Amino acid sequence: MQIHSPEFKQRAGDALHNAPLQRALGNLREGFPVKRAAAVARMPEFEQLRNEGRDLKNHILANLDFYLEQFEEKVSAQGGKVHWARDAEEARRAILDICRNANAKTVTKGKSMVSEEINLNDYLEANGVTPVETDLGEYILQLRGDHPSHIIAPAIHLNLDDVSNIFAEKHGTPYTDDPAALMQEAREMLRRQFVAADVGITGANFLVAETGSTIIVTNEGNGDLTQTLPRVHVVISTIEKVVPTLEDMTLFLRLLARSATGQEFTVYNTLSSGPRRPEDQDGPEEFHVVLLDNGRSEMIGSDFQEMLRCIRCSACMNHCPVYGAIGGHAYGWVYPGPMGAVLTPKLIGVDQAGHLPNASTFCGKCESVCPVKIPLPKLMRHWREREFERHLSPAGFRFGLGVWAWFARRPALYRWVNRSSSWFLRGMAGKKGRIRSLPLGKGWTAWRDMPAPQGSTFMDQWKQQQGQRQSSASTTKGKS
Amino acid sequence: MSSSRQQIFSNIRRGLKRDPLSGERLDQVRNRLAAHPASTIPARSQLPPAEQIALFAQMATEASAELIELPSLDALPAKVAEFAAANGITELVSASDSQFNQLDWSTATEVTLSHRVARAGDLASLTGSFCGIAETGTLMLLSGATSPTTLNFLPDIHLVLLRQSTIVGSYEDAWGKLRARGQGMPRTVNMITGPSRSADIEQKLQMGAHGPKRLIILLLRD
Amino acid sequence: MNNAPTPPKVGFFVTCLVDLFRPSVGFASIKLLQLAGCDVDVPESQTCCGQPTYNSGDRRSTIEIAKAVIDTFDGYAYVVGPSGSCIGMLHQYPDLFEAADPYYERARALAGRAHEITSFLTDVVGLARLQTAFNGLVTYHDSCAGLRELGVKQQPRQLLAQVEGAELTEMNEAETCCGFGGTFCIKYPDISNRMVSNKTANAEATGAALLLGGDLGCLLNMAGKLKREGSKMEVRHVVELLAGMTDQPAIGESAADLAYAAGGR
Repeated sequence: MQIHSPEFKQRAGDALHNAPLQRALGNLREGFPVKRAAAVARMPEFEQLRNEGRDLKNHILANLDFYLEQFEEKVSAQGGKVHWARDAEEARRAILDICRNANAKTVTKGKSMVSEEINLNDYLEANGVTPVETDLGEYILQLRGDHPSHIIAPAIHLNLDDVSNIFAEKHGTPYTDDPAALMQEAREMLRRQFVAADVGITGANFLVAETGSTIIVTNEGNGDLTQTLPRVHVVISTIEKVVPTLEDMTLFLRLLARSATGQEFTVYNTLSSGPRRPEDQDGPEEFHVVLLDNGRSEMIGSDFQEMLRCIRCSACMNHCPVYGAIGGHAYGWVYPGPMGAVLTPKLIGVDQAGHLPNASTFCGKCESVCPVKIPLPKLMRHWREREFERHLSPAGFRFGLGVWAWFARRPALYRWVNRSSSWFLRGMAGKKGRIRSLPLGKGWTAWRDMPAPQGSTFMDQWKQQQGQRQSSASTTKGKS
Repeated sequence: MSSSRQQIFSNIRRGLKRDPLSGERLDQVRNRLAAHPASTIPARSQLPPAEQIALFAQMATEASAELIELPSLDALPAKVAEFAAANGITELVSASDSQFNQLDWSTATEVTLSHRVARAGDLASLTGSFCGIAETGTLMLLSGATSPTTLNFLPDIHLVLLRQSTIVGSYEDAWGKLRARGQGMPRTVNMITGPSRSADIEQKLQMGAHGPKRLIILLLRD
Repeated sequence: MNNAPTPPKVGFFVTCLVDLFRPSVGFASIKLLQLAGCDVDVPESQTCCGQPTYNSGDRRSTIEIAKAVIDTFDGYAYVVGPSGSCIGMLHQYPDLFEAADPYYERARALAGRAHEITSFLTDVVGLARLQTAFNGLVTYHDSCAGLRELGVKQQPRQLLAQVEGAELTEMNEAETCCGFGGTFCIKYPDISNRMVSNKTANAEATGAALLLGGDLGCLLNMAGKLKREGSKMEVRHVVELLAGMTDQPAIGESAADLAYAAGGR
């Protein structure tokens, strides 16, 4: 995906005025959070599972090298092959080589955000291999030349007529606005693709070290057709997704569906462990797992290590008031919302993605719904600290902060500043209790009035009262 | 490529400020792997058998699976024929498990059983199952010689035989059963909870995205 | 004075916004604390809790400010302030210091005795039956820091329940951020505006005459928006109602508005 994160403010502004997008975002607000709350209420152990999920992820990260070795050993023992990729370029190359060896013309794809991260589709096309997205949302986006705006509901920014229009145009079928009919169209079109594909590429929600398995979690079943019908199955996954055992995987599965869509369990949870066995009648002959680093290993031992706990459920963005106002495309790259605000600067640089961790009120809602308790606001604050250290924040802002901090350490002068500000603002307000326009406060008064100070400052009034009290009483007050 | 692997591992170890695990620490993680301890298992999944079966039925129905009661295995051909007739099914792509082959299908004249992998265009399939998980009304199916995975996904209607005696409470119970087979992992383990669906079009839920539109569970009271 | 228990010694942390914009919140708080039997002091050397520099990534300045706050409030049994975000900031101080630093333990101690006012009046000391009355429908905005950092949710509601005649009606999305976020509302005004517009719409939909909350940043933000929208809905800090000090103009209003309102009712 092309990087547009530096244009965050512009894109956010556009999004706020995009009526169809706002309508779509309204669906999100009424959907996932409500469903998640119901699912959580139904499982009394949920809070306990969150704590265990956090602790288990921390254990995994502390032993990541061991579990990755185990995983690789088991995959190889079962006839699969693990490919290690340091960066996007190596991952793309590995996948293309596999496709070339298989003489692949078309490849079907299950939904994979990692494949977006490495720009896989464009690369395959440029090299003569046609990728076909099979997740309904991703398929719609591919037809439109569009990109996902959410990590589990990729086409959440679209309305019904967007889908009706693109299907009529690309399928050559009569226009319909019946969602069932549209899905039937997609089902039929993609069936041919499923069957014709030479290679199937899926992501992985988790990698299981104990059994050398990868697991995909879908509601549609497209991932299953992608990985069963073609001769070659390729899994693309980043390294932090490994879990030790089937039981450990189960803990995360319990957290995942409830946190994501509010379902008790996703319809299809499928474990793949190597190529087909000699006695199998179907299944791929080759099983490849491409393990991508792309910056994750460097996060170990850093201030941002906790971000590696993420299980890509999307609860954070579903509950984020900023995401809810502007949608995912404003964030300008693959990962939106709070998790994107933390991860994106790491992957593409804070100089490009600096807006993302700044466009937050630190309301903390994200952290409160994260199934593995990632302290997202704290991590965003770390980015702000990096920017401050590197003088990436605007000079005027740094100066203003410095001035403020200087005064804040000098109580008498601080009083004076407040006293003066109070006087000035009261002057601006006049008889009214509010100010309509502030010369240095256009960000505020463009949309709101500024309430005026009541009168002199509290500290001045208090001091005056204390003075009066002291002069009328014989005892002195003070801390003892 | 091997240098990529080296680089990745050395980055990880640098971050963790240690060399590869050894000695006691290595034993600890190895033991943990071998012991595969479970995390908290919800109380809901630890009910007595009768409640468990009832819970399975409730959760599966909630997930839009359809349950058909099967009083005995011998009754299967008749039930299947009845369902086929009611739904315009003349061909059933079937697993070739011995449990099916042993039955008397002679009365099921209106529907033919085809023992092969599924193809696009197949209307309905019939498979067995490894177990049922009451916690969420989930079926566990294993790929194998007699049951190709495509039977679970390509046809529009998937009929699954589930023996009541194989219903367990939690996924952990199911993993225990799987390991007890002593055969290692099959190529595919499917956990299936209801028919295929998508809400990708304006967040409105529709059944039948790519997998089966209907999931029929033939619940054998054994 | 012989066998009476010593009144708890409270250091009052007025907070910048109350100091500058709305001293009556400070006076109302102190009145309530005294009603609860506390001996209240206002240390003169207090300034700011350090949130602006902390959230802007200026850790160094924040540490200097934190040390000053820790020094200022030394010796008080409790530190109480009318703001969930400012008291929440005091609770963050331990993270600023290395464990070996003497300020680390002092920061931990401060966090242990620093309380937001409504939770102090409910969880720590008891407030005898409030003698205030208020006739009307009110609604309450849960400020994020107070809610999620300090667990302030039931406490203001418990206190409001003691006010005769005040009927609380909950708004939709009472716990959703109002869009203030310190410098956020200045740096991302369009997004902030959307958030506060949602909030004022939800508040007005309750039909309440009065919008209450526990954090002046939020209250200034919401009041400013309501006034710009031409709304007649009043906004106050909850302590003003609890202390029976609603005769003053509401936030963003003047004596002129008060006279109008009085005449209009």
